[in-house]
Amino acid sequence: MTRARRAGWWGWLLAAALAWIVAYPLFLVLIEGLRGAGGWTLDEVRRFASRPSEWQALWASLWLSAASVVLAGLIGVPLAFLFERVDFPGRRLLGALVALPAVLPPLVGVVAFLFLYGETGFAGRLVQSLLRLEDPPWRLAGPGAILLVHAYSMYVYFYLFGRAALSRLDGAMLEAASALGAGRWRTLRYVVLPHLRPALVGAALLTFMTSLASFSAPYIFGGGYRVMTTQIVFTRLNGDDRLAMVETTALMALALGAMALFRRADPGGSLASVGKGNAPSLARSGSAGARAGIAVAAWLLALVLLLPHLTLLLVSFVPVGTWTTETWPPAFSPGNYAALFSEPERLRPLLNSLWMATAATLTAVGVALAAGWLVVRSRVQAGRLIEGLLGLPWAVPGTVFAIALAALFSVHSPLTLRAVLVGTVWILPLAYLVRNLPITGRAILAGFRQLDPSLEEAAAALGASRARTFRRVVLPGLAPALAAGATLAFVTALGDFITSIMLYTYNTRPISMEILGSLRQGDVGVAAAYGVLLMLASAAVFALGARGEARA
Amino acid sequence: MGFLELDGLTKQFRGQRAVDGLSLTLERGEVLALLGPSGSGKTTTLRLLAGFEEPDAGRVVLEGVDVTPLAPVARRFGMVFQHYALFPHLDVGANVAFGLESRGVRGEELARRVEDALALVDLAGFERRPVAQLSGGQQQRVALARALAPEPRVLLLDEPLSNLDPALRERTRRELRALVRRLGITAIVVTHEQDDAFDLGDRIALLRQGRLEQLGTADELYAAPATAFVAGFIGRASDIPARVLSDRTADVDGFTWPVRWGVAAPAAAGAAARLLARPEGLRLAEPSPSRLTGTVTGRRFTGAVAYFSVDTASGATIEVAAPPSAAREGDTVGIEPAGTGLHLFPVGP
Repeated sequence: MTRARRAGWWGWLLAAALAWIVAYPLFLVLIEGLRGAGGWTLDEVRRFASRPSEWQALWASLWLSAASVVLAGLIGVPLAFLFERVDFPGRRLLGALVALPAVLPPLVGVVAFLFLYGETGFAGRLVQSLLRLEDPPWRLAGPGAILLVHAYSMYVYFYLFGRAALSRLDGAMLEAASALGAGRWRTLRYVVLPHLRPALVGAALLTFMTSLASFSAPYIFGGGYRVMTTQIVFTRLNGDDRLAMVETTALMALALGAMALFRRADPGGSLASVGKGNAPSLARSGSAGARAGIAVAAWLLALVLLLPHLTLLLVSFVPVGTWTTETWPPAFSPGNYAALFSEPERLRPLLNSLWMATAATLTAVGVALAAGWLVVRSRVQAGRLIEGLLGLPWAVPGTVFAIALAALFSVHSPLTLRAVLVGTVWILPLAYLVRNLPITGRAILAGFRQLDPSLEEAAAALGASRARTFRRVVLPGLAPALAAGATLAFVTALGDFITSIMLYTYNTRPISMEILGSLRQGDVGVAAAYGVLLMLASAAVFALGARGEARA
Repeated sequence: MGFLELDGLTKQFRGQRAVDGLSLTLERGEVLALLGPSGSGKTTTLRLLAGFEEPDAGRVVLEGVDVTPLAPVARRFGMVFQHYALFPHLDVGANVAFGLESRGVRGEELARRVEDALALVDLAGFERRPVAQLSGGQQQRVALARALAPEPRVLLLDEPLSNLDPALRERTRRELRALVRRLGITAIVVTHEQDDAFDLGDRIALLRQGRLEQLGTADELYAAPATAFVAGFIGRASDIPARVLSDRTADVDGFTWPVRWGVAAPAAAGAAARLLARPEGLRLAEPSPSRLTGTVTGRRFTGAVAYFSVDTASGATIEVAAPPSAAREGDTVGIEPAGTGLHLFPVGP
């Protein structure tokens, strides 16, 4: 009893700490939007409601997110079917390449699109020189550009979720359907699609929430076209803090409302687990010609999908100031990379991002381990609360959290648990930590749930102390989940742009801010080199994850 | 005073009594089988013994010392888990060494004792094998070696055979029995299979809803069941409505049969009762007005004997053992008592 009660106290303590950094800042945002110089007031809310630009931004966020879901689904689902159900030469390799947009952190992907399809990008210059035009043939700006980037980077959710669900489809179920006389469409309609439904709802939710929170694409390509995230940042830059609070509240409400709607669409929750069965056999398309056609089309597609990565790599070798109006850069050298590591001012952001991401990740892992132990093993009363708080930052756009943390940590007031951290080196790691909590929390809690509790009992029965049990049995058992959660959190923090842009100082500027700065100064090569480093870090993490999955 | 005593153990889960005032005593070297249907509290009892659960009331006393307040680590009880709980990231040798290392055994002695433990279960030379590569039977033996290596004072086995297929199960059961007897270790085996309990246990404790229904040898439980539940759970028995005539006889559908009262205090003459009849306690005979008669509705052939299901006019189905050629389905037959195996119990749970 005493041990259980002690665990219970620790549970409430952890819940309180999480509430302080996760829920309390959001609550402050709500409050501060309702406060004026003279106390409680609805002035700011009224001002918000009376400005057409606010409603336009809200509407833009909403329809862009919905359109992103539709577009991403239209691309991702057919690709999932193609690569999971049809056999053609190169299927395995191409199937992996198709997921590659996932290794571009949001800002890096946007920069790559800028170099490729922007008005001074490769594609634009090529068309311009071919047609001998005076001006660039198009401008990559406005909602169309944002949608293009979203569709490119988010179809991967539909593709990966869809493929995973299709691969778990029991072949015997398809055979049963055909034995019962169901034709191809009937089987698709009544067997395959219901089976895919949880995966598709999950992918749609992820796409919608990511689009709603998307900041890089609207910031770089939006121009005067505002969505809520950019609207908040510009309002804030104008010094209109209280209005920014109301806008933030509106975005938060939109996100939580969308989340609730999706939950209703799939009350069963996330991907439903499916019983074992034999894997369905691949459909072999009829003639050799058809198969070759599919293969060629798939290779072309992979090339198009890889163009942004290749562009980024290419531009990273362009020396500063050498590429002006030519279609093709006149010179290449590894100088940008050398500069990154030799010039202290260029190295600084790398080191900043590295230590801040490391600190945030280690802390998040520690919190998640404690939460896993308390929630899954000790089943403390505060368990549901802890899990809810860990997951909350996932549902709330990063911009909202940046504003919220800035609100909490810009006032010195120990009585209300507020301190001045904005402007210090601690605010960014803290922001990264909060944003990392859902990733590490979910991975490690799932790891704990998969860990057979009788393993720990066996260790206890064999006389192992709790410390030895944790070190020799629990940690090794958690290793895959730990690696997955920690590495994903690390690269997310390493490439973070959304919270950094609102909370960084010059001395703690992370990689993303330096990319932006280099772009503004026209040092495209340097910006691309930073981007390549982030891309490689992400790729390493995904390769690690794929290997872990293959082993599991 | 016994070697291991369970004294009034009680454990509730959400108001439900999983174990309800259980008291048992084991002698040193005795093997006790905890038998019962699922939900009877046998696994909870084992977990209370191991220290994974804390009892709401009662004590566990080992060699006169109350070990109830001790953590599992301090009890020195060995445990074989139902799904073995082998550490998947450690090889066979490291699994077996785990408990020895916890007790500070190192170096050559460690290697020797791991080797000995593996030899005990016929897995000599398996030290460096990953546990995932072992068959189910081998995993079971590694789990046993791991539990035995630190020389526990009591060995606890939770459904040790339930994950093996029937052929392997029987062989493993024989080997397990031989090993436990040879080591002379005090052991408690949880099982829901009567055959396992008969084979492994010197005595059997039959549990029902957390209470001890009967404790005794397999022969005692079979020949002298203390409750209707025991009679029905151990071996086969038909449950026939009857009426008490005397403390030695009962009325079945108007016919007087000699019976054995299963409880100490027989009910008064005229009271309703349940007759639990073993198939071999009855025999088939020619139908006649002086015997209970019925129609054969089924025949289960087992070789030397067959079990005939006979439906009587009053609606009871009675199972009778007889030579396989004694009757055919659809035949009208008479049934008469044939010695022991007719146990009478009062009506009630």
